[in-house]
Amino acid sequence: MTGDELRQLLDRELEPAGRAWLAGAEAAVRKDPRVVQTAFPAAGRSVGRRLLAGDPPTGWTADDAARALLLITLGDAAGEQVPDLFGYGDADEQRAVVRSLHLLPPVPGAAELVAAASRSNDRRLVAASLGPWALAHLDDEAVAQSVLKCVFQEVPLTGLPGLAERATPRLSRMLAELAHERIAAGRPVPEDVWPLIERFPPEDTLARIEAEQEHPVPERRAAARAALASRRGQET
Amino acid sequence: MRIFDPHIHMSSRTTDDYEAMYAAGVRAIVEPAFWLGQPRTSVGSFVDYFQSLLGWERFRASQFGIRHHCTIALNPKEANDPGLRTEVLSILPRFLAKDGVVAVGEVGYDSATPDEDAAFEEQVAMGQEHRLPLLVHTPHRDKAAGTRRSIDLLRAAGVPGEMAVIDHNNELTVEDTLDSGYWAGFSVYPDTKMDVDRMVRILQQYGTDRILVNSAADWGRSDPLRVRKVADAMTAAGFDADDVDKVVWRNPVEFFGRSGRLELDEPAPDAAATFAGNSILRGAPAGS
Repeated sequence: MTGDELRQLLDRELEPAGRAWLAGAEAAVRKDPRVVQTAFPAAGRSVGRRLLAGDPPTGWTADDAARALLLITLGDAAGEQVPDLFGYGDADEQRAVVRSLHLLPPVPGAAELVAAASRSNDRRLVAASLGPWALAHLDDEAVAQSVLKCVFQEVPLTGLPGLAERATPRLSRMLAELAHERIAAGRPVPEDVWPLIERFPPEDTLARIEAEQEHPVPERRAAARAALASRRGQET
Repeated sequence: MRIFDPHIHMSSRTTDDYEAMYAAGVRAIVEPAFWLGQPRTSVGSFVDYFQSLLGWERFRASQFGIRHHCTIALNPKEANDPGLRTEVLSILPRFLAKDGVVAVGEVGYDSATPDEDAAFEEQVAMGQEHRLPLLVHTPHRDKAAGTRRSIDLLRAAGVPGEMAVIDHNNELTVEDTLDSGYWAGFSVYPDTKMDVDRMVRILQQYGTDRILVNSAADWGRSDPLRVRKVADAMTAAGFDADDVDKVVWRNPVEFFGRSGRLELDEPAPDAAATFAGNSILRGAPAGS
């Protein structure tokens, strides 16, 4: 998603009042970047919070998009303003910052902002911590930790394009071991971990999961069979 | 009966209170930012407090079917800490811009010092800038003089009558406040400030226009159901249902509605909902 695409998607949905507010806010921010400190939090009630229509689904809401456009308008002042917008932001504002990072000039401490988003317990914020900027810049270990956090928070991994290219043998193994842990507890395994496990299949862990199908505890047998059925269902 | 408590510090109250308030008819509240019973020592404590008024407390109220709004300000008592004053005032505009903030408050006087004057004036200007009404605390000591001084300051700044409420009035301040054109708030407590029967006598004498009745319940001895008790006492004293509705619902809606940020549709409590991933449930994880 580029800034221009975002602007087009948002513009289709805006009412005249929202369009006028955004144009006024962008002009004011261009003149004095500090205006973003009050325009950024106010975006939601000025442009609304509807999901922007698109095929495939955009995953962007009107307030996220308006906030991204305000950050783009900052230009070189983004480095100075963005860290505090994140720090003083509520979960919605923080999410907009993290989702917009790839549209902005380099922001000092961006990796720390993404890490803080990943540590939060807000599922939409956690999902944003594996956005385009994070996948392009974070090291393997940070990506792996964020993926595990998403699985724990039940954030669907299928909504995170580009993730498969960041898989490593270590991530595949961590996910397989998480799957085994769930099975041993008699709990379901989220289906969307399997494509990442299959990138570098850890044969020993997978063999232990196979063996769970004959485990004396019926809940473990059932969980293992269900998990492996969903794994086979994705082998097409 | 629908009730809007325009001044209650829910952060200090329990989930039992929320349940009892809903059962009594409370559907909307305003939680003003005030002090915490002891002084804060850094601006970070204010930032976290403001974030909790806008985040966790709003979510918690919604789980009991109550719409929560807040007011944001540096309170007069802590305005006397010179280091804090500058820092807190500098971050206030970021918070005044947020959804759910329906006034600047509590501002006003505690000991009526020059530092309090400065913080009050500066925050009145912020209210004008953000087009927000003002919630003005009046002091416990020397209340009548503090009330008149607040009115003078608001007038000098050009604040119109409908954009400020002078709070914590009593029999000796109500005339000054109503004559000034500003709104009059009354905090009805179990044993101080104002009680239910005195409140009804004031309504009988001065009418129901521009009057807000609140519980001001907080971490001290106080009662989150006082507004309902005033409503019942009004009915017992012969006020009709429309008078009661005006005092305990339509007046606060009219006053705080000037912010343009009231949300009055009833939130649907959802046991599986979370705020930032944390639920109000204990002993059972959200969604399981």
